[in-house]
Amino acid sequence: MTPALKIEGLRKTYKNGFEALKGISLDVQEGDFFALLGPNGAGKSTTLGIVSSLVNKSSGEVKVFGYDLDTEKALAKMQLGVVPQEFNFNAFEKVQDIVVTQAGYYGIGRKQALERSETYLKKLGLWEKRNVAARQLSGGMKRRLMIARALVHEPRLLILDEPTAGVDIELRRSMWQFLREINAQGTTIILTTHYLEEAESLCRNIAIIDKGHIVENTNMKSLLQRLNIETFIFDLAEDVTELPELPGYSLRLTDAHTLEVDVDKQKGLNQVFSGLTEQGIHVLSMRNKSNRLEELFVSLVENSLDKEGAA
Amino acid sequence: MSPRLIFTAFWTIVVKEIRRFTRIWVQTLLPPAITMTLYFIIFGNLIGSRIGEMGGFDYMQYIAPGLIMMSVITNSYGNVVSSFFGTKFQRNIEELLVAPVPNWVILAGYVTGGAARGLGVGIIVTALSLFFTNLHISHIWITLSTVILTAIVFSLGGFINAVYANSFDDIAIIPTFVLTPLTYLGGVFYSISLLPAFWQGVSQLNPILYMVNSFRYGILGVSDINIGFAFAMIIMFIVVLGSYAMHLLNTGKGIRS
Repeated sequence: MTPALKIEGLRKTYKNGFEALKGISLDVQEGDFFALLGPNGAGKSTTLGIVSSLVNKSSGEVKVFGYDLDTEKALAKMQLGVVPQEFNFNAFEKVQDIVVTQAGYYGIGRKQALERSETYLKKLGLWEKRNVAARQLSGGMKRRLMIARALVHEPRLLILDEPTAGVDIELRRSMWQFLREINAQGTTIILTTHYLEEAESLCRNIAIIDKGHIVENTNMKSLLQRLNIETFIFDLAEDVTELPELPGYSLRLTDAHTLEVDVDKQKGLNQVFSGLTEQGIHVLSMRNKSNRLEELFVSLVENSLDKEGAA
Repeated sequence: MSPRLIFTAFWTIVVKEIRRFTRIWVQTLLPPAITMTLYFIIFGNLIGSRIGEMGGFDYMQYIAPGLIMMSVITNSYGNVVSSFFGTKFQRNIEELLVAPVPNWVILAGYVTGGAARGLGVGIIVTALSLFFTNLHISHIWITLSTVILTAIVFSLGGFINAVYANSFDDIAIIPTFVLTPLTYLGGVFYSISLLPAFWQGVSQLNPILYMVNSFRYGILGVSDINIGFAFAMIIMFIVVLGSYAMHLLNTGKGIRS
């Protein structure tokens, strides 16, 4: 099957000499929900900028659904919808005009453009604001407007560069739901985000980029399986003054009724519960201490730094 | 893209541009109407009545084509330079760059939008001039082709200026320090036959002279220069500026990193 996005040997050196991409290669399969993660300045936005034709590459090859961005530019662009990191619409234009104009750039006639703009503005909860100048929208609404604009030509591949940055939790969840729906309908999605919980919740495959290199490219499940130890927080029913003893587990009391336990994945949690019960300690609730992906992300990026330092 | 899709994309840019300058008509259409009315009153009526005839016409009649042309030039240029720079500044140029719109269509769309404002203002100023003088068009096709080609030349100029501009100051420098002096010295208010031979020669280096005189020939039937040569010069400017603007777009100057 032709990949939705195929990147080979992509390099970018900016005029000031900064080498943002050092020959990355990446495949994203059709129908995937793919996360591209990395610290600030790692090369995420440069990669997506090149794929979106906003940044000139220095060398390498990019194909969108098999269409080469150099030789079949128009066909490649027709497959792509882009939601950038920063607001990039004319703030003085009306909401619906922005979406209809974008449709026109893809050769969609006005009648059809109006129909599609209605569909997507309604789906994204912006229909009531269609005659309002974009500058009058809230931050969350502006983000949704950019998604509606990117979808109006019904692309097969949607690229979202930090789509939920600065968006409140409720709205973020509703945007996740919307993205899951369009992915289920067949749209391939590539997402960059700083909210690793977002990537873990939405994406099936992941690439981590750091200092212009891909340091990891795998599926989310196998990536998370690499974490051998998880830390859980137990909220206890009664105060505990002495640290309980559980052979083979590392425990810490953060206060009299909160216990942290490091759990090896091979051992599981059953022995923790039975051990605590035997010692008369009752657990009210339990939760993960931190985002698992975040831990892994930090360790991968740190490894990449160590390698660079050693070289 | 098929021709139909290309035309839709082109027309979308044109409509967006026309919608922009009509939405802000107080900034775009009203000021030239007021300025040109003042020119007609002060230079045409008050001072012109003391000057007498120029080129065989009373002074008001003589300067009217030049003033119309001046408004076409400044508005064509001003529309594209401010609109395209604004598009860069607000980053909504990215809407066009991610879409499958060929570069020549982007250029054609902005130039047509600029020409539309130039011609729109030209019509307004022409209508105002009729309150002050009688204009009988001698050569309709020369008049129309000159004004359209001139609007295209200066729309292209505005586009190139916008590509290079990094700040709002940069889009004011060329109109203030280049365009305005060239327009004033381009035979709007006088016939270059009044100048000494040396300055007549220097004036012929001024591209606006050819446009003003060609347009004046279309309306009044008189010109300081050969009309065929004037047209050749205008077309040469379109080819040179158009090619350079395409080169800038193809290399992504000022719009792609």
